[in-house]
Amino acid sequence: MAGQAERVNSRFGAKRDFAPWADPGSRPLVRFEQVTKRFGATSAVEELSLDIFAGEFFALLGPSGCGKTTLLRVLAGFEVPGEGRILLDGVDLAGTPPHRRPTNMMFQSYALFPHLTVERNIAFGLEQERMPSREITARVAEMLALVKLEGFARRKPDQLSGGERQRVALARSLAKRPRVLLLDEPMAALDKKLRAETQFELIELQARLGTTFVIVTHDQEEAMTLSDRMAVMERGRIVQVGTPAEIYERPNSRYVADFVGDVNLLEGRLASLDPGGAAIRGSDGAAFRVAQEVDTAPGTPVWVALRPEKVRIGRERPEDVRENVLAGTVAEIAYLGSVSVYKVALENGALMKAAVSNQARSSERNIGRSDRVWLSWPPEAAIVLTR
Amino acid sequence: MASNVPRTTPSPRVRGEGRGEGQLDAKSPSPDRAARGRPLPALRGEVRYGWAVVIPYAWLIAFFLAPFLIVFKISLSETTIAQPPYLPLLDLSAGWEGLGRFLAGLSFDNYVVLGSDRLYLAAYLKSLEVAAFSTLVLLLLGYPFAYAMTRVPRRLQAILVMLVVLPFWTSFLIRVYAWINILQRDGLFNQVLIALGVVDQPVGWLSTNTAVYIGIVYSYFPFMVLPLFAALEKIDVSLHEAAADLGARPVTTFWRVTVPLSRPGIIAGSLLCFIPIVGEFVIPDLLGGSATVMIGQTLWTEFFANRDWPIASAVAVVLLCLLIVPILIYQHQQAREIESR
Repeated sequence: MAGQAERVNSRFGAKRDFAPWADPGSRPLVRFEQVTKRFGATSAVEELSLDIFAGEFFALLGPSGCGKTTLLRVLAGFEVPGEGRILLDGVDLAGTPPHRRPTNMMFQSYALFPHLTVERNIAFGLEQERMPSREITARVAEMLALVKLEGFARRKPDQLSGGERQRVALARSLAKRPRVLLLDEPMAALDKKLRAETQFELIELQARLGTTFVIVTHDQEEAMTLSDRMAVMERGRIVQVGTPAEIYERPNSRYVADFVGDVNLLEGRLASLDPGGAAIRGSDGAAFRVAQEVDTAPGTPVWVALRPEKVRIGRERPEDVRENVLAGTVAEIAYLGSVSVYKVALENGALMKAAVSNQARSSERNIGRSDRVWLSWPPEAAIVLTR
Repeated sequence: MASNVPRTTPSPRVRGEGRGEGQLDAKSPSPDRAARGRPLPALRGEVRYGWAVVIPYAWLIAFFLAPFLIVFKISLSETTIAQPPYLPLLDLSAGWEGLGRFLAGLSFDNYVVLGSDRLYLAAYLKSLEVAAFSTLVLLLLGYPFAYAMTRVPRRLQAILVMLVVLPFWTSFLIRVYAWINILQRDGLFNQVLIALGVVDQPVGWLSTNTAVYIGIVYSYFPFMVLPLFAALEKIDVSLHEAAADLGARPVTTFWRVTVPLSRPGIIAGSLLCFIPIVGEFVIPDLLGGSATVMIGQTLWTEFFANRDWPIASAVAVVLLCLLIVPILIYQHQQAREIESR
């Protein structure tokens, strides 16, 4: 098991030289053990187990209603899990009220106290610790500098822009130096450009402070940009945990492949297994080959998942290739600036996407709408999904 | 009731209209450059506002200012036995001379009487004392009540608001009479106290200060609870969570977040209770004894028993002035808060 983790890790390495999850000897900072949280008859989180390690930037990704915010709130202590345990540093958090937990949360609404100035907002948590006022002043100044809001100390929240408020909320949640910082959709209210800037600031901040960050987001791009590891959630369960590269390159299900990034899914049955690969017979008779060891019996229904940017598109049929080739007609071309996405109608009626990066200034490929094209890809490009 | 809660933030719509110069350009054929740079005062939306403002002003002039001026005039008049009109009379046909004679005839004698007779001072002080103490009791009872209302499921909330307002469906007078019944010697209250073993003998509740306080607190409860509820309900739950998350115990959260944020409701509720209680007549008259003489009763006696309208009017004018003071203090404070933003 450990060997496998290492192997996966060496292929799809983490962003930095940091992978405590791959080391069987390291102890998680936060451990969810079979946690279940129900609201009435519906369960928001179901028998969920997860380890988060100290210093990690961890993302919980999923559509709205998948239970990711509930999981965060259970950790903060705002919700009490019906079953299961949550351990922080090996200590069960059950019975510890939110105000005694060494976690701090940055709320989606920011939840700044409207009647207090920026500095009093940031000082609020420190005052609860009965920190001497001189130290509070120093810490508040440090926090304001950290989020680049010097000079805003005396303002009230309603005198700030959305981006400034977001930074005050961040400063306030970091002021107490929490063991774990919880971020609930922290950038949902920012416009796209500001969001991108803030993401990079957040990465830098996390690297500098070394605090464990757990972020909840429904934006897969944000999760991939920010996190060391991410968990993809669906209906209260975790479907897959891994580094962004693992999740993107080796999704374990159609759900993950589809949720994280764009994907073409080709239906078929496993035809034969051979060392270092497998052959798949498409539902309309096409032959596919993948360079992946599949541990499923031949005959099982499977899906070949293929990222659009890994598909080659051309007007001529590639020579000497019998597998991983499909013919179709260009139905639509979307020019997105850095890439162009071709939507190709296959002979069986399905649509398949091929993304081509626009290295030359204009499209020299001379492929237009209604053109007959060939799509092809190497065996290493696709993977087989069994669910 | 929620509209009594003062608003401090200017509505964004009004703010936006100050900048709507583009709309104006289309209407004026040759907008000169200098005029364009300035925000123009008379935009169509604001003109409409201007007309709408006439309604409350007209109402206030007809039903507040005019009667007040009449009462004020009477308070400066001489006492004549039994009937109006009171001297001096304003003779408009005599022109400026008539006005001069009229003004010369006015006197502050009635106010001097108010100041010199201990009876009035005692009644004013008693009224302020009763109003202040009842408002405090109302706040102490109403706040937890309103707070609890915000914590119940939404459907139950609507029912609770209805129940708080429900007594209004019965005549106020009948409800106070009902209290006479409850508080009398063989009334329900004494029966319950005896059954519980709190007292051995029936207690004479009626005609005491306690009865007055019970009546006032009961009658004014909705006026305290509703503004408090409106203010508390507006506080975002995530603010409570944020306070807890930052390490504040529930008690700290209450004092440092909930109470400051519900201040508009506390002030609105307190004013809504304090002001009418000062002038309260029915409750002390029916439930209180001779020890509790409030200014409302004094006023009534002057008007109807003594038939001394000028003194009665002077009593009313002083009462009004007394009540305006807390409102002005409050408004001044509000204005300062808006400026500091």
